[in-house]
Amino acid sequence: MKVRIPDPLRSYTQLQKVVEADGETVAALLADLDTRYPGIRFRMVDEHDRIRKHMKVFVNDESVRDLNTPITVRDEITIMQALSGG
Amino acid sequence: MSTADGVDAGPVLPVGTRKGAWMLSGDATRASWVVCGPMFLGNIAQHMVLDPRDRTTMLLATRTGHLGPTVYRSTDLGRSWTEASRPPAFPAGDPFERTLNAVFWLTPGHVSEPGSWYAGGSPQGLFRSDDGGDTWAPVSGWNDHKLWETWAEWPDEGTPDGSMLHSVIVDPREPAHLYIGLSGGGVFESVDGGADWQPLNAGSVATFLPDPEPEFGHDPHCVRLHPLRPDRLYQQNHCGIYKMERSEGRWSRIGDNMPTEVGDIGFPIELHPRDPDTAWVFPMDGTDVWPRTSPDGRPAVYVTRDAGASWTRGEAGLPERAWFTVKRQAMTVDTCDSVGVYFGTTSGEVWASTDEGGSWARIAEHLPEIYSVECADPVHRA
Repeated sequence: MKVRIPDPLRSYTQLQKVVEADGETVAALLADLDTRYPGIRFRMVDEHDRIRKHMKVFVNDESVRDLNTPITVRDEITIMQALSGG
Repeated sequence: MSTADGVDAGPVLPVGTRKGAWMLSGDATRASWVVCGPMFLGNIAQHMVLDPRDRTTMLLATRTGHLGPTVYRSTDLGRSWTEASRPPAFPAGDPFERTLNAVFWLTPGHVSEPGSWYAGGSPQGLFRSDDGGDTWAPVSGWNDHKLWETWAEWPDEGTPDGSMLHSVIVDPREPAHLYIGLSGGGVFESVDGGADWQPLNAGSVATFLPDPEPEFGHDPHCVRLHPLRPDRLYQQNHCGIYKMERSEGRWSRIGDNMPTEVGDIGFPIELHPRDPDTAWVFPMDGTDVWPRTSPDGRPAVYVTRDAGASWTRGEAGLPERAWFTVKRQAMTVDTCDSVGVYFGTTSGEVWASTDEGGSWARIAEHLPEIYSVECADPVHRA
């Protein structure tokens, strides 16, 4: 399925804005994404499988924080970064 | 200093800032400097250190305001970087559910253990790599110590930018003999490679605590050991400048010999590479709400040549009035004769002295807020 990548993480995807990754849950999808683009997961998910405070993962239009959220091939995943800081 | 092909060259200063990393390269006279960068523009470059053992491997501890922390490695003086395949992190299932917010400090390991590095974190975790910074593992003897929660004041954040572990020191005589500094928490020592730890704070004060002389809970800002006299430690503490002779077992407040109107508060302390009696500090205003700027806005470096018995002010060339801060990792020295002293400011300037702190020249300006300045002598220059 398609995964939209925010600017700060595109150094991992060779600047691609949209990449492919697979999984039946958000956790599985992020694991697959990390296999394809090593290191990307830890920048947005901490040691305890918590999405970092200023990161968001959308399944279609819904923001999810539970990595066990099921997803299907028809879903579109968008990873976003909160706008904050100076 | 000379390169692999024998060319005379000056020091290289890796500079970490709030918005990326830069590299300053001096010529052999240290009068002319080339500023290269930015690298990792927009990323917080907390600490960038060249391995003095191979003079080739450079590590950079970095993060952004949003993304998690990581470590990058370069073997070509920053022209290309590779991310650690396993960056420092607390283990899944950690009983305190600690999340590493920042890799704050990097220290190369003992000369007998090539490729070994230590990293200090925020919160106050300790991590070790044995493959030149590619993969990192928690130092369980510290992170899981039965008193860690108490010593680290978990989950309180004792300092405005979060509690951190810094000043990882490896005894040059014995790789298993380690020191660390915690802000807050104090100085701690291990004699068994990090398997167990003991506080080392006797004689230093913590005026912000009900008991001003507790066993731990202090706020050392920067701790240094002199490699030629490794039984002597110096520290710039939240509550003064101290020296400890291990034979005495207590810190003595050598900052009491600073001018009263200047005081002995600051962040960094740096040692002369060949003279254990010589140290430099950059005093700051620790009164009232702690402005953390130079006392009365008059920047100056102070040097002692007699292990803290007396201090001399060095300000020639520095601005008459300025309101910057020099953070704990933002002061360093080279190994030239005479020793070059350098510091970076929160206002984005790098200052250099080639006469051991007597007079100063600005060698970079208009950089972002500077977090760290180290001195490197790489085998190959750019």
